[in-house]
Amino acid sequence: MSDMLLPLAYLFAAACFVLALKWLSHPATARRGVRIGEIGMLVAVVATLLGFEIVEFRWIAIAIVAGVAIGVPLGLLVPMTAVPQRTALSHAFGALAVGLVGTAEYYLHRPAIDPTTMVALGLEVVLGFLTFTGSLIAAGKLQGIVRDRPWIYRGQNAVNLSILGAALVMVAVLVADPGADALFPAIVALSLVFGVMLVIRIGGADMPTVISLLNGFAGLSASMMGFVLDNRLLIVAGALDGSSGLFLSIVMCRAMNRSFVNVLFGGFGAEVAAVGATERRPVRSVDPEEAAFLLDAARSVVLVPGYGMAAAQAQHKVRELGDALLLRGVEVRFAIHPVAGRMPGHMNVLLAEANVPYERLYDVEAINPELPHTDVVLVVGANDVVNPAARTDTESPIYGMPILDADAAASIIVVKRSMRSGFAGVDNELFYLDKTQMLFGDAKEVIGRVIDELSELPMRGMAVA
Amino acid sequence: MSEALEISLFIFVLASFLGYAVITRVPGLLHTPLMSLTNALSAISIVGSLILAGSGEAAFATVLGAVAVFASMTNIVSGFLITDRMLKMFERRGSRSGRRDPNAKQVPS
Repeated sequence: MSDMLLPLAYLFAAACFVLALKWLSHPATARRGVRIGEIGMLVAVVATLLGFEIVEFRWIAIAIVAGVAIGVPLGLLVPMTAVPQRTALSHAFGALAVGLVGTAEYYLHRPAIDPTTMVALGLEVVLGFLTFTGSLIAAGKLQGIVRDRPWIYRGQNAVNLSILGAALVMVAVLVADPGADALFPAIVALSLVFGVMLVIRIGGADMPTVISLLNGFAGLSASMMGFVLDNRLLIVAGALDGSSGLFLSIVMCRAMNRSFVNVLFGGFGAEVAAVGATERRPVRSVDPEEAAFLLDAARSVVLVPGYGMAAAQAQHKVRELGDALLLRGVEVRFAIHPVAGRMPGHMNVLLAEANVPYERLYDVEAINPELPHTDVVLVVGANDVVNPAARTDTESPIYGMPILDADAAASIIVVKRSMRSGFAGVDNELFYLDKTQMLFGDAKEVIGRVIDELSELPMRGMAVA
Repeated sequence: MSEALEISLFIFVLASFLGYAVITRVPGLLHTPLMSLTNALSAISIVGSLILAGSGEAAFATVLGAVAVFASMTNIVSGFLITDRMLKMFERRGSRSGRRDPNAKQVPS
């Protein structure tokens, strides 16, 4: 009987997981997707505990209690601005679990491991451990524990590829001779080192792509674990996670007009050293009062949020400013670039947290034709995604990247801490235009002051351009 | 190639295509919840961790398995909770103001 029940329970769970992703295609049904995913997970766990010969319950119980104890605060208390690092951390946890199971499987069954299983086991362990350390470094960079600037030296690609190559060669040796167990710790060590090396050279602007890629690796390694354990639920769930990571990486790469190879091994950020050398040109700056005047006189305003808004936790102030302008009869829209922020959809989540209706959020394709008829574009902590060099300067590392055409608007206000360049390390022509005004300061504080100034201005029945 | 492996490979490839097709329909608006949800789902590796930790085959297997159960359980709990937290914010938005299909081409009025 239980021979039947276990596969059926797993099949049910796999179907639940597919439905969970399907329902995520619309905000109105998305929460149902979470429910069905939870049901599938519960069924799978209970079926496993009942269906397999589990003789040792004590450690499982302790591990589950500890996992819940850490998981609940991680899920409920982490602020929305810290979602990218939480996501990276959970990729690390997931990959660690996979790597550890693979390690134990090897030592339990060697040398009687058939070649195909050994291939899957090797890939599981390599992907698992490189994703573990890679994600930890990514989380550290996002949290500000590890230096955000890319760490680059000569011959880095050669070193990195040799490390990965060596690990894969050792896997190949194990496939031929599964008993050569001296190699196994070396494979683990090389994979751990490769993960660190891979991500340490990545700058903040590339984080959305790298997080997506690590997401895909974590899924793929779970699938490999499914091959090793001959467990098809794992294969399906891992494949779903892997394709989601692949899909998001492609979306991110497209949004930056770059390839995977270019992100992982390319020279983005290599220009950083040259930044200090750029000559300081004069910019126009305004104070919050003048900015309030400009915004109040506009018929239409488009707000462009970027990582700076997240860093300053200014999303609530930005929403307040939008509401204040709406009350004054100004048309207010938000323009979201796919790579604004540190992970896919980062800006959408922050603005949703601040109660901005998603009807007011526009993607690049929808808002660009509107920008020439826009009176004021207010850029809050975004840089590379509004840099006109992406359209004009063939020498620029961001050349060809689809950007928000902020420079098409009648006037532009840029809220920025200082004249430091963006994470791509490129100077931004937008800041030097005659119609651009810089509003320097911490986004949260400065926008708060603009709101105050705005409330001092008399209300008008009709806005004039 | 053994039959079991053949079937598994079929499942892997088809599930990847299915996943890709389904996920392409998730709007950019929900890409962050998408990542945290798939992350929670891939913590299904808890199944392998449980089998290992409970097998009682060797002390090291129990320890590694238990650590893996802990890590997976953390992901399951935090992944589902935070995804739901995020989606609650989007749901709230959609029901109050007029609905616009986020999948539709976003042409403003």
